[in-house]
Amino acid sequence: MSFQEPELDRSPRVSDEVRKTTCYMCACRCGIDVHLKSGRVSYIEGNRDHPVNKGVLCAKGASGIRQVTAPSRLKAPLRRVGPRGSGAFEEISWDEALGLAVQWLGPLRARAPEKLAFFTGRDQSQSFTSLWAQAFGTPNYAAHGGFCSVNMAAAGIYTLGGSFWEFGQPDWDRTRLFILFGVAEDHDSNPIKIGIGKLKARGARIIGVNPIRTGYNAVADDWFAITPGTDGLLILALIHELLAAGRIDLDYLARWTNAPCLVDETEGEEKGLLLRDDLGRPLVIDKATGEPAPYDRQGLRPDLGATWKGCRTVFQHLAERYLAPEYAPEAVAERCGIAAARIRALAGLIARTAFDEPLVIDQPWTDFRGERHAAMIGRPVSFHAMRGISAHSNGFQTARALHLLQILIGSVEVPGGFRFKPPYPKPAHAHPVPHSYFMPGRPLDGPHLGFPQGPEHLALKLDDQSPARIDKGFTWENPLSAHGLMQMVIPNAHAGDPYRIDTLMLYMANMSWNSSMNTGAVMEMLTARDEAGDYTIPRIIYSDAYASEMVAYADLVLPDTTYLERHDCISLLDRPISDPDHAADAIRWPVVTAERGAHAGVRPFQSVLVDLAGRLGLPGFVTAEGRPRYADYADYITGHERRPGVGPLIGFRGDGSQTGRGAPNPDQIARYIANGGFFTADVPAEARFFKPWNRAYQDWAVTMGFYDQPQPYLFQIYCEPMRRFQLAAEGYHERQPPEHLRARIRATMDPLPIWYPPFGDAAAAGYPLHALTQRPMAMYHSWGSQNEWLRQIHGHNPLYLPTAVWQAEGFRDGDWARVTSPSGSITVPVAHMAALNDHTVWTWNAIGKRKGTWALAPDAPEATKGFLLNHLIHELLPERGDGLRWSNADPITGQAAWFDLRVRVERAAPPGESEPAFPPIDFRGLQ
Amino acid sequence: MHPAPSVILFTVLSGAGFGLLGLLGLGPALGAAPSGGLAALLLWGLGYALAGAGLIASGFHLGRPERALRAFSQWRSSWLSREAWATVAALLASAPVALASILGRPLPVAAGLVSGLICLATVLVTAMIYAQLKTVPRWHHWTVPALFAGFALTGGAILAGFGPFAALPALALGALMILAFRIGDGRFAAAGSTLATATGLGPAAGGGLRSFAPPHTGSNYLMREMIHVVGRRHARRLRRIAVLAGAVLPALILAALPAGILATALAAILHLAGALAQRWLFFAEAEHVVGLYYGAR
Amino acid sequence: MTSLPPPPAKKLGLVIDLDTCVGCQACVTACKGWNDQGHGAPLSDQDARGADPSGTFLNRVHSYEVTPPDAAARIVHFPRSCLHCDNAPCVTVCPTGASYKRAADGIVLVNEDACIGCGLCAWACPYGARELDAAAGVMKKCTLCVDRIDNATLAEQDRVPACVRTCPTGARHFGDLADPESAVSRLVAERGGYELMPEQGTRPTNRYLPPRPRDRIDDEAPLAPLLDIRPAGLAGWLDRVLGRL
Ligand SMILES: Nc1nc2c(c(=O)[nH]1)N[C@H]1C(S)=C(S)[C@@H](COP(=O)(O)OP(=O)(O)OC[C@H]3O[C@@H](n4cnc5c(=O)[nH]c(N)nc54)[C@H](O)[C@@H]3O)O[C@H]1N2
Ligand SMILES: Nc1nc2c(c(=O)[nH]1)N[C@H]1C(S)=C(S)[C@@H](COP(=O)(O)OP(=O)(O)OC[C@H]3O[C@@H](n4cnc5c(=O)[nH]c(N)nc54)[C@H](O)[C@@H]3O)O[C@H]1N2
Ligand code: SF4
Ligand code: SF4
Ligand code: SF4
Ligand code: SF4
Ligand code: SF4
Ligand SMILES: [Mo]
Repeated sequence: MSFQEPELDRSPRVSDEVRKTTCYMCACRCGIDVHLKSGRVSYIEGNRDHPVNKGVLCAKGASGIRQVTAPSRLKAPLRRVGPRGSGAFEEISWDEALGLAVQWLGPLRARAPEKLAFFTGRDQSQSFTSLWAQAFGTPNYAAHGGFCSVNMAAAGIYTLGGSFWEFGQPDWDRTRLFILFGVAEDHDSNPIKIGIGKLKARGARIIGVNPIRTGYNAVADDWFAITPGTDGLLILALIHELLAAGRIDLDYLARWTNAPCLVDETEGEEKGLLLRDDLGRPLVIDKATGEPAPYDRQGLRPDLGATWKGCRTVFQHLAERYLAPEYAPEAVAERCGIAAARIRALAGLIARTAFDEPLVIDQPWTDFRGERHAAMIGRPVSFHAMRGISAHSNGFQTARALHLLQILIGSVEVPGGFRFKPPYPKPAHAHPVPHSYFMPGRPLDGPHLGFPQGPEHLALKLDDQSPARIDKGFTWENPLSAHGLMQMVIPNAHAGDPYRIDTLMLYMANMSWNSSMNTGAVMEMLTARDEAGDYTIPRIIYSDAYASEMVAYADLVLPDTTYLERHDCISLLDRPISDPDHAADAIRWPVVTAERGAHAGVRPFQSVLVDLAGRLGLPGFVTAEGRPRYADYADYITGHERRPGVGPLIGFRGDGSQTGRGAPNPDQIARYIANGGFFTADVPAEARFFKPWNRAYQDWAVTMGFYDQPQPYLFQIYCEPMRRFQLAAEGYHERQPPEHLRARIRATMDPLPIWYPPFGDAAAAGYPLHALTQRPMAMYHSWGSQNEWLRQIHGHNPLYLPTAVWQAEGFRDGDWARVTSPSGSITVPVAHMAALNDHTVWTWNAIGKRKGTWALAPDAPEATKGFLLNHLIHELLPERGDGLRWSNADPITGQAAWFDLRVRVERAAPPGESEPAFPPIDFRGLQ
Repeated sequence: MHPAPSVILFTVLSGAGFGLLGLLGLGPALGAAPSGGLAALLLWGLGYALAGAGLIASGFHLGRPERALRAFSQWRSSWLSREAWATVAALLASAPVALASILGRPLPVAAGLVSGLICLATVLVTAMIYAQLKTVPRWHHWTVPALFAGFALTGGAILAGFGPFAALPALALGALMILAFRIGDGRFAAAGSTLATATGLGPAAGGGLRSFAPPHTGSNYLMREMIHVVGRRHARRLRRIAVLAGAVLPALILAALPAGILATALAAILHLAGALAQRWLFFAEAEHVVGLYYGAR
Repeated sequence: MTSLPPPPAKKLGLVIDLDTCVGCQACVTACKGWNDQGHGAPLSDQDARGADPSGTFLNRVHSYEVTPPDAAARIVHFPRSCLHCDNAPCVTVCPTGASYKRAADGIVLVNEDACIGCGLCAWACPYGARELDAAAGVMKKCTLCVDRIDNATLAEQDRVPACVRTCPTGARHFGDLADPESAVSRLVAERGGYELMPEQGTRPTNRYLPPRPRDRIDDEAPLAPLLDIRPAGLAGWLDRVLGRL
């Protein structure tokens, strides 16, 4: 008998229906096609038409189905019945839950709104949650940015008017040299991967600067195995080389940056500020006349080399600083762990790529001074950086240094360089300043977060100059803390410093576990009681979708839906999903319903907030008659206007044909759904580059509603707001820093980028190694472990040790080690890695889990072999004997310095389980 | 390879069973007096029982045993399929010979010769299932069919009551085992598969190449089935047991003790114990090239 | 019978670019997601929330460390799935005919209705491309997404394997390796695509593109300083620099 190939159905119908929405397993926010069979999700793939991911998905996105079916999902509102942290809850109805919340929050608002602290994690609706908090009237609101990447975000905004973070990207289609600093994965996961793929396909050069060579750095053509915390030195040495060789873009510097601006050199309260005219416009010397002129005068040719009345240009100041021998490659090589010759070689490569083969796009354009340019000239060198730079206590200045490098070679907003995504660029001075003035029963005086221009914008109480915010954001300790300091909320609330709060409301942040420093102590703070036996943080309300570690510490749990079951809005008012050529926004919508059997069910937390706002009568959320203005979040998305005609979504406004500006359109969400869940608006061809100075762009941005009038600006090589804080520290401001901070402010708030050793180094004696974490591409923080597919990939996490340590300590496969930092000790499994900086150890972030959580078995490897490095990281620096506790954060922004961690490693007998081990949480009542 | 009890029992029992059936069939041709009556019933019965038990054990190795009949279809290409046919042929061909001798009416010698050869061929076909696998270099060698045959002949000869004559195949088996262990130890290296050929990263590596991280921290079928690490000391001890119990001691017993039920039983039990040890090692020591991907080796 | 068909005129397969793969595991879960609901039995997981979770995956991504004697060590991410061999030993060993190689396009498949779960084909495969599903008791392997690549219900551009469609870096390429003019064949020719374990004689269809040479920055010339800055001073430097404007 001869073999018959079986009949195959090669054209099976994939599903009954496809619904297009937006992924949620990270802030990348890719478009997804959700396939349904019999009303249930059967398969999820990338949406080909979507501007973010163009059809691709990452490992998390492609296993989203398991996020929805996870048994760890909460099923009903919960009221705590056992002690905090025990996990003992009873299910209650939504009426009870909302009633309780109103009973707690209503009196607070009337009496002391600051006693509600509302902090959110990687909340994708910050423009909404912040508005809610503002309407409530508490100054205590922020999202996770303070412990995440505020250094990067703030340095970018203050310098360029946009940052690497999510507000810009390399010109993937044109760049020829791409240099990546300190990135394992980042928020822009799929665009970065798509971009790297494009570079690889063209054979463009990729350089990875990272102590660890995995992932993106593994495919980089060259690897700079930098010693953590020293990137600033490396970058300034590159700048030194480029300056010494004169290989910088003078024309770019003169036209588009404050390099030609004159720095006041007369002693007194203006010293070091830029000279300005009567209208406050910075002055430059016009080459044609030799006379000072406002920077934006039509036809002006600024002179970089001018000196006027003893005042020199920013350009001269910077040249003087960085040409100094202390920034020569030889001077930094040892500290960076990179040979001087390699630094020189890199500088050479950068210069040749930027200047020897310029990229020209034949697209005429007109700048803000009215000059018409025949073409767009590119510098095809691009950079990207993230937390490897950001999460150090010198991160803000390091990020500024990197932006300076980009500016010097003229590679920002040019073809082949780094490009902004609308609605960026938007300079710091066009952003709000922080607001913190609160009064009982009244909304806050403005948005919480912003970009201070000087000490007058600090969030200090007017009477006693004490911190207005519970996290001490925008104080002298961290003046530019543009994202707040999430990591300080629980310690400060527990200590009652600067004041006591009543209710801590958290939303999707696993603060009793992986997102806190010093996790064990935070658990104690959450359960600590005062003399009267009451919890020192009296009430905790928490919204999560899953049985996470944090749920156990809440008094009231408001269970959320998953991303496939609710409306969401990925708004330009928030963190945009645009790309440089398109403004884009998107929605989520309930593509399936959340079935919860006999339980009270889950509700979208945003809709719960809308409901609470109605019940509490928050201004903006109720009508003149005091009735709720919005039925739910979807209603808010379409109905809310930030400014007249400008709302959360730009597409299909008014009668459905208007973009950017237009009256609210009740059909808007339906139109988005019909359009695949997103909307894009093309940036006109003439407006695609040189956006801060390009008239066509500025005009387009106004029509889109990004701002109300053109607002061209110069890149801030010299950062004046920083100088204003220095001046205060020198005694020239009515607001004065406390004595113990004066010297630090003078030293760190330098208006030109500097480098100083990360604060963690001060305690380095006895702790020779740097300890880092990296995000695994296939896991999202704590919350991938409940996914049955993903946890097979990363079920536990060894600590990787470099060859030198591995051999010196005589480690063997399967060994364990005790890892000790100045603040604690853990015992964990180790593994060997040669492709690693000699002084660095690392592990994957957030794999370790607390027993009993996430509906995992108590002996799950996440709990028995997995571990967190967080136990070794303190939110405060070790005592220095000055009677003060300094925070383990960047002194400018308050960014948590996760990566300043220093440790030592010794072989240890394998304990039964990773240590420290905590008692299991008994969540049985939930299942 | 994972030393699964099902395959160990299958190969040991069916090997002994077909060895016994084979030698019972071949016996007259070799000049042995055919037994009859109860003795024949017991002997042939034992042969069928062993072969049957082996077959049943092999069923436990299948994911879908209810479809076992399908295994007959691919005899032209598949040794496993051929084995199915050979097994049936051996069992069928032995039946009349067995029946006749139990009834005391032995068939012509030629009939036993045919059935016996089919039984022994079955054992060789079984061996070929393993010996054909290039992926397991230790198995991909003539010593494997030789060993399987050796065990079948020795076991068969002991059980068939060949007495001192059974010492001969036993001794040969012992020598063969020692040889096979020796040769086997060098097979993987000789086969030339390395992590460098498995990944193609050899030339770039120049120096070191190793598995940095497995694809999953969780386990999987491949790791359970194909990657098994035996301690060296443990292996050495078991090898000794296999050679001593499986070959040397039975030979000594059969040569030294008077032929009879006692010597046969003692030798048979020792031999089977040795066979089990050898078979455990046969799997446990066999390295599959896929282990290279996981850094096993 | 499951002897191998004559060499097919069309040889569909994958080309995997090790220079580009960042090890993101997207192809791993995309494959699991597609095949969990597509061709044949779902890909089951055992002890999914327990101490030893273990499931069937048709594609897994390893990481290897290369330490050249004279350059920095590096990591190479390495996806591994069925290579759709021309001389597929997994097919010939199969006793039931469940395992077969399609004559038309060379795809190696398992007819799960005929599979007895004997595991022999997995033993015969050098590449670990087959996994016996513990729930279904049948052999699972990469199907090259046979239910996608010609699926008339899908848009033309979606008729590629799930792993290829999802790979964010574009490190996975699908096409006809028998056609020297195909994009995949040209990639293989240009980039020196190679077979895995050629000594096994399986003649795989899939090819791997080697990582490009790394760490050559030292070949770059440093920049020449404009002038000796110490005697010239900042003013001298400024003159020289601005003189170029
Ligand atoms: N898959 C996945 N994606 C995510 C997340 C996730 O959990 N999973 N989380 C999201 C979030 S919240 C964030 S903040 C982003 C963060 O995205 P990333 O910025 O990529 O953050 P990390 O993974 O912490 O990686 C930090 C990198 O910096 C390196 N590094 C550490 N110190 C230094 C240094 O001093 N110099 C240099 N040059 N490098 C250094 C580390 O080796 C590591 O590679 O990712 C987002 N995307
Ligand atoms: N050692 C170390 N620690 C770190 C970092 C590091 O690099 N190293 N990185 C820090 C950084 S940058 C960040 S951003 C933090 C991240 O830390 P977290 O923001 O705490 O991150 P997750 O673990 O993702 O916790 C989010 C919570 O949201 C819940 N959740 C998920 N989906 C939903 C939903 O749809 N609705 C609601 N209501 N809840 C949901 C999850 O169940 C989980 O409990 O970690 C920080 N911690
Ligand atoms: S990168 Fe992955 S997890 Fe993040 S949104 Fe995109 S598909 Fe989802
Ligand atoms: S890779 Fe393995 S399973 Fe695939 S055809 Fe080749 S031998 Fe068969
Ligand atoms: S497991 Fe199935 S496909 Fe594999 S050889 Fe056995 S019957 Fe054939
Ligand atoms: S081709 Fe299809 S079945 Fe094969 S690995 Fe890719 S996704 Fe999986
Ligand atoms: S999806 Fe692409 S880049 Fe990611 S692991 Fe797979 S092949 Fe590599
Ligand atoms: Mo973050």
